[in-house]
Amino acid sequence: MTYRAEFLRRLYFRLPAIGIFVGGLIVWEGMVRIFDIKGFILPAPTAIAATFATETSDLLAAGAGTFSTALAGLLLGGFVAVFTALAAARWRFVRDGALPFAIAANSTPIVVLAPIANSWFGLRSPLGSIFVVAILVFFPVMINLVRGLLSVEASEIELMESYAAGRLATLWKLQFPHATPYLFSALKVAAALSLIGAIVKEFFGGSQERLGQYITTKAGLLQFEEAWAAIVLASLFGIALYNIVVLIERRVIPWHVSVRNA
Amino acid sequence: MSALSLRGVEKVFNPGSDQEVRAVHGIDLQVEKGEFISVIGPSGCGKSTLLRLIGDLTPPSAGTVSVNGKTPAKARLDRDYGMVFQSATLLEWRRVQANVELPLEIMGMDAAERSRQAAAMLELVQLDRFANHYPWQLSGGMQQRVAIARALAFKPSILLMDEPFGALDEMTRERMQSELLRIRAETGTTVVFVTHSIPEAVFLSTRVVIMSSRPGTITQVVDIDLPEPRSDETREEQRFFELLTGVREGLRAVEGS
Repeated sequence: MTYRAEFLRRLYFRLPAIGIFVGGLIVWEGMVRIFDIKGFILPAPTAIAATFATETSDLLAAGAGTFSTALAGLLLGGFVAVFTALAAARWRFVRDGALPFAIAANSTPIVVLAPIANSWFGLRSPLGSIFVVAILVFFPVMINLVRGLLSVEASEIELMESYAAGRLATLWKLQFPHATPYLFSALKVAAALSLIGAIVKEFFGGSQERLGQYITTKAGLLQFEEAWAAIVLASLFGIALYNIVVLIERRVIPWHVSVRNA
Repeated sequence: MSALSLRGVEKVFNPGSDQEVRAVHGIDLQVEKGEFISVIGPSGCGKSTLLRLIGDLTPPSAGTVSVNGKTPAKARLDRDYGMVFQSATLLEWRRVQANVELPLEIMGMDAAERSRQAAAMLELVQLDRFANHYPWQLSGGMQQRVAIARALAFKPSILLMDEPFGALDEMTRERMQSELLRIRAETGTTVVFVTHSIPEAVFLSTRVVIMSSRPGTITQVVDIDLPEPRSDETREEQRFFELLTGVREGLRAVEGS
């Protein structure tokens, strides 16, 4: 199949989604105009788009600041979670000691730490945001990865035993590869969480060059088109981050059921 | 020195509790090097447990197991065993070649040697054309052949097989049996083979061990004096049918008890 034909084929399957997207925008625009909805309740898509054009540099600066904070927190939380999960899979006492607390912590709204992080790291330090994001990301990634590491079949473990494989070889050659699909499904959730954590943290103060501050400030000044433009940008960054994880997933685990037919 | 020697071997699971199970009891068995031993018996008679005792996947509660004159644990660490289970247990993230290389990797063999040896094993099971496939791209029979190649990759002296062809259809199964005999003839490996199928046990073995359940113990050992090499014609010989009858009667006596 030629490149062009492949593109058209894909476009064809995306048509319903594109239709709903465009239709939704038209209905939105029409409602705002027909019912004369005020800008502080819901600005029209064209008004938001126009704001993008005039406020480009401010919006992109705020977006880049928030995105990089979220990404840094995601990486930090993710790495610590992977090492903790490996330790928990390797040593029973780590697992028995830490896992109940991790599961409990995972059920709490950790984002409530956001206002407190300011008093730990200072209002203007990006470390506060990174810390909140990292904590938020840590628990689901760690718990899912441990679940993956421990869900290998008994017969696979016996196979490794029959080769006289050590614990580390079993962890690296069997348990970790087996757990990578679990890791990626957790990372997809964590990608969304990381932006939520970063923006909620920014609501409570900090640099103006952040989406959270930008939105609260503009809303406070009744500049709702600007606030909405920032909201749209935050959504776009969320989708982008998710897709980055998906792209990496496709490269790393091409063998997995979830990927091989996609 | 026998390849395998079991004396008074007993295995009790959950001893002392109300879920105590005497899986096998009073097992005495000598297996000479190069023999092909099938273990057959009703479900739950401890066939698999017997195999696991030999392979050091579970310790005996009483009695002694000796493998090439060593303890099973020592034999396992020396990689005297290759194991094949009912499911192929291939690692789905590894291509066929890499699956066969797995035990060699764990042994610390260098990459070139590993790749050469795995390729030779894939040739032995006639799957060299599929080296770059993922396991899910192969049929059940082919997956099981990969598992056999993997078990033989490090040239173990004993192959332990737990109903390896149990999930295959009859035709594939018979082809795999011939294949296994050919591989054994080429490698001289001693095989202990657990099965449910009487024709399979008779066709493959030098001796068939019949077990009873509760307690799992050996009730009869049938010598299979079919000439070698065996082929599809073997399955139609008069002696083959006589031996089938012999094993079937042995099993019936067990089921009846």
